[in-house]
Amino acid sequence: MAAVTTTTSTTLRPVRRRRFPFGRAAAWTVMGLIVLITLLPFYWILRTALSTNAGLNADPTNPLPVDLTTSGFERALGMQSAEEAVAQGGAGGGLDFWRYLLNSVLVSTLITGCQLFFSAMAAYAFSRLRWRGRDAVFGLFLAGMMVPTIFTLLPNFVLIKQLHLVDTLLGIALPTMFMAPFAVFFLRQFFMNIPREVEEAALLDGAGKVKIFFRVVLPMASTPIVTLGVLTYITSWNDYFWPLMVSYSDSSRVLTVALAIFRAQTPATGVDWSGLMAATLIAALPMLVLFACFARRIVSSIGFTGIK
Amino acid sequence: MTIASSSPPSRLPAGGAAEARSKPRTRRTEGGERRGDGRLAAVFIAPALLGFLVFLLWPTLRGIYLSFTRFNLLTPAEWVGLDNYVRMVNDPIFWDSLTVTVEYVVINIGVQTVAALAIAVLLQRLTQSAMLRGIVLTPYLMSNVVAGLVWLWILDTQLGIGNEIISALGADRIPFLADETWAIPTIALINVWRHVGYTALLLFAGLQAIPNDMYEAARVDGASEWRMFWRITMPLLRPVLAVVLIMTVIGSFQVFDTVAVTTAGGPANATNVLQYYIYGSAFGRFQFGYASAMSVALLIVLSAITILQYRLTRAGRTDLG
Repeated sequence: MAAVTTTTSTTLRPVRRRRFPFGRAAAWTVMGLIVLITLLPFYWILRTALSTNAGLNADPTNPLPVDLTTSGFERALGMQSAEEAVAQGGAGGGLDFWRYLLNSVLVSTLITGCQLFFSAMAAYAFSRLRWRGRDAVFGLFLAGMMVPTIFTLLPNFVLIKQLHLVDTLLGIALPTMFMAPFAVFFLRQFFMNIPREVEEAALLDGAGKVKIFFRVVLPMASTPIVTLGVLTYITSWNDYFWPLMVSYSDSSRVLTVALAIFRAQTPATGVDWSGLMAATLIAALPMLVLFACFARRIVSSIGFTGIK
Repeated sequence: MTIASSSPPSRLPAGGAAEARSKPRTRRTEGGERRGDGRLAAVFIAPALLGFLVFLLWPTLRGIYLSFTRFNLLTPAEWVGLDNYVRMVNDPIFWDSLTVTVEYVVINIGVQTVAALAIAVLLQRLTQSAMLRGIVLTPYLMSNVVAGLVWLWILDTQLGIGNEIISALGADRIPFLADETWAIPTIALINVWRHVGYTALLLFAGLQAIPNDMYEAARVDGASEWRMFWRITMPLLRPVLAVVLIMTVIGSFQVFDTVAVTTAGGPANATNVLQYYIYGSAFGRFQFGYASAMSVALLIVLSAITILQYRLTRAGRTDLG
């Protein structure tokens, strides 16, 4: 349309500039709206967690915390007596969030550490070692990516039960501890790109294949390994369905499950929103911090993780 | 491990490697090395293979087996043939939950794909800011449980800020999660909030692969942004879009967490999605055989959709280059 107003292509650019800002402004407005919808709930968690339940009832639309208090956090962390908690609008039953936090850390660390290491070993075998049947086994692993997780959950539960690992942290970690088809696939891609010469030089220096794996391949692939590690950590931290199946008591309860129980405990009428949002924040904060540390790296490699 | 470290070429000077390879004696040691590779590979692959066989392949086969049995965890599984499948076909709740799941998937994927595409294009055409991409991704860091609880609070009928705004605008408060017609769309949109950033970044990565000079050339020809979107972006993004669509649909069918914390299947089974029904059958009523049969049904539905989508969108082919 702009071309209609001008006849020569040399004047086309300035015209385009004059016309553009409307579209650009509209686009930025939409972008701003998206950012707002994305971030506002996070602020609302914080604002609610720092309010009292009585205050929330009296003044639901106040953009600032009503009657600024840390009582919600105290309740979530079990630092309030039962009577005090009930008086504040919470449930009397205690939930030990410190413990669930520790459980979540243990499970996620165990899964991430082991899965990364074993997957890296497998990826090394698939990319840098020559052996019979390699492609067939790798094909099998790839096919494993197609099986939806729901399908293996019930049989895996039966297995974990038969191993007497129900209600243990190991039981939660075990199914994903040894490998994830995707992790193997992802790391193999990077290992394949390491130049042959590097490996040959190390061989000439007298290093064995094992040493090459630890001293050459792993350090060279540290960036993708860290990225994959953070994503694995986030995924295992946020998992709910499997831990819900496997854990019954405090000894193996992780944050996501505890949070759902905290919600179920609060009375249907007069929910303890302040305590609930404080607990939500406790569950979410570690991942936000982790992300803040690695954001740039993760953001720029998401494309790779999704589509080869 | 000692086998691998005993590889002899270590004594050779760097330049002599290629020369040495031609000598028959070295060739034999190379053969030995390859056998060494085999044993080393076995050691390296062992943990992952164990995990794969025990927690992926075996459960898959066992799940299919269990679907033909009556099994309550306490007594051994009893073979009942097709009983579970017959029951499933005649179970109105199963069909209801399948319908509800499909309704969820259609809303979730429909809104999410359009929104993700819009965000991805905005990110590409407006700015390449990594910070903006980071912000868009933040909800993805939350668990579904957290996302569910936050929106449960925001949309609360009495005190939620969402309903406060609606009533301030003069409209009636909406019982988003307590109403049969609103519940599924609401849950679908909550999950859009959580996942749209991740999907957008996947599409953004696809957009990055489109050469910028195509846009430059189009602009010189006087094409508008809108026209460029339909004539350049969409055709070239199609293969990536197809893969992302397949991935998100499969993920979407497995909705569970959000339902579990917000509505628990209610009101009146309105949000009793398939996974929730499967979970209830297994752990609420201890019908593991029946639950397995429904899992097999879900697996078949997902496989069919994947194949169909792959065919329809010609995902394998690219128009680039």
